[in-house]
Amino acid sequence: MNFWQYLSSRHQQLLTDTYQHASVVFQCMVVATLIGVVIGVVTYHSGWAGGVATTTTSTILTIPSLAMIGLLIPIVGLGVPPTVIALTLYGLLPIVRNAIVGLRGVDPALVDAAKGIGMSGPARLLKVELPLAWPPILTGIRVSTQMLMGIAAIAAYASGPGLGNEIFRGLASLGSRNALNQVLAGTIGIIILALLFDAAYVLIGRLTIPRGIRA
Amino acid sequence: MPETTEAAGPPEGARTSTTGATIELENLTKRYPSSREPAVDSVNMEIKAGELVVFVGPSGCGKSTTLKMINRLIEPTSGRIRINAEDVTDMDPVKLRRKIGYAIQASGLFPHMTVAQNIALVPKMVGWSKSRIRARVEEMLDLVGLDPAEFQGRYPRQLSGGQQQRVGVARALAADPPVLLMDEPFGAVDPITRDHLQDELIRLQRELHKTIVFVTHDFDEAIKLGDRIAVLREHSHIAQFDTPEAILTNPADDFVSGFVGAGAALKRLNLTRVRDVEITDWPTVTVDDPLQEIFNKLRSSGTNEILLLDRRGRPYKWLRRGDLMRARGSLARAGTLVHDTVTRDATLRDALEAVLIDNTGRVAVTGRRGEFTGVVDMETLMNSVHELLEADRLEAMEHQHELEEARAQQTHFEQEGVGGGEAKA
Repeated sequence: MNFWQYLSSRHQQLLTDTYQHASVVFQCMVVATLIGVVIGVVTYHSGWAGGVATTTTSTILTIPSLAMIGLLIPIVGLGVPPTVIALTLYGLLPIVRNAIVGLRGVDPALVDAAKGIGMSGPARLLKVELPLAWPPILTGIRVSTQMLMGIAAIAAYASGPGLGNEIFRGLASLGSRNALNQVLAGTIGIIILALLFDAAYVLIGRLTIPRGIRA
Repeated sequence: MPETTEAAGPPEGARTSTTGATIELENLTKRYPSSREPAVDSVNMEIKAGELVVFVGPSGCGKSTTLKMINRLIEPTSGRIRINAEDVTDMDPVKLRRKIGYAIQASGLFPHMTVAQNIALVPKMVGWSKSRIRARVEEMLDLVGLDPAEFQGRYPRQLSGGQQQRVGVARALAADPPVLLMDEPFGAVDPITRDHLQDELIRLQRELHKTIVFVTHDFDEAIKLGDRIAVLREHSHIAQFDTPEAILTNPADDFVSGFVGAGAALKRLNLTRVRDVEITDWPTVTVDDPLQEIFNKLRSSGTNEILLLDRRGRPYKWLRRGDLMRARGSLARAGTLVHDTVTRDATLRDALEAVLIDNTGRVAVTGRRGEFTGVVDMETLMNSVHELLEADRLEAMEHQHELEEARAQQTHFEQEGVGGGEAKA
């Protein structure tokens, strides 16, 4: 059975895996973005807190993903929970770091002007600081997504959803007729998904970054 | 300032109606924990409603800090601030700032918002209706000399520095605040644009009568704009607080005279307009007059020169006796062209410059359409300057007398253990 035949015979299974892969990455990204931006907003004012946030999230990133998922299994069990927790944690670092850098990079004169014309603290954050910090934050989200695409494949180890199942199945039956096809299908599927997500981010950037600050 | 914008506000389409409020600073002090010396040490000052007061001083003297304490961007360590006799020292700073316009260096416009969105910020925050805000944005752009249709939808980066600064002023004035604080607003634009912006501000202020506090380190800018100037030294100590005329002619001490710099008398010329001095008539002829009449006028005028006007009555050439002879009766070749004229709104300094350049020792004054209205000569200029300086000196001496009395009174109060008092000299 060649690769194309494999694809046509298993397309139902492959589409489900692809959909689940995209879905888990997307959902984890939404959660990671919300948490990451909140951490950034809370910590960027103080050099100390910002440092702690960046160091903590980068420490998380250094834990090997297989180990992380393995450690989560005894705590939250198999399946979706360890996958979502691990992906969200890994996704945090680029977002937190870029949120802090972006918020700190807002011209102090503009913050001064915002205060001077009578904007309250929350208004300042929502109308001036976050919109101006949005381009770097979006870059962080993009980097995170690329990373999570790959890490999500490991989730299959904990019986999680996604294209990782194809890869693991292939690796487990090396030497059999479809082993290579399975690994290839999973890998190529992840690459295509990553490219599609990236294209989506370019579009989101176009739509959400005001013309006045677009590069 | 309770009766300002929130409730009623000006009727739609009407020009700004809220005029200035008084500002009183009483023993205003700012200390930073990191340094022993206060950054601003006990400033006392009374600013009248509708007055444009300039804080001028070397960098680091605390003038900006003092300004920012008025809208409490910097919280004073001690002292009181009163606006229209209302103590605002403990008021909610966010509410306070919405009633005080604030314009800063390099405009401070938000780059992600359009010009219209920037201007609409404060009116939106104080809850104006959408239609009223839209009308107001157009009115403000109009006021600062930008075409609303062309500029509303632009982003700040699509504007020149001068245009950005105008929008900055429009935003500061949008909710019709009685007080406007300007922190070196024209510091980042080129000299020519700065000159234009200063002229615009003078025009605006003549229309609006806001109370404006303006910070600069440029003494010439202070002279040009200020109704009164506060010359500040370290810790925001007021070295002198007086009219530009009085500071120029009678600086309180060496610090002030050092800051005034050389050429105080010349700078004084910037403060008087040609309209304020005597404009004398001068014999003229027009290019359409017959030659014989021109000859007769030259002979009978009793002056060396006669002014030749063009068909629209604008100064064209100076004709001397004998010029016509030498040019063999041709008006086209005779005489010397008029290099420079001044309007009635020009400063005496411009007039002096024109007189010095023109070899006749006088300059023609022209009206709106460039038509001849008279001349100003060297002698008139010298006499008026002498009179002006003499008058300034008398006035300054009077002021000093008053200040000394006030200071004596303050010392008296302090000895009695009661703080406060008038502005220090």
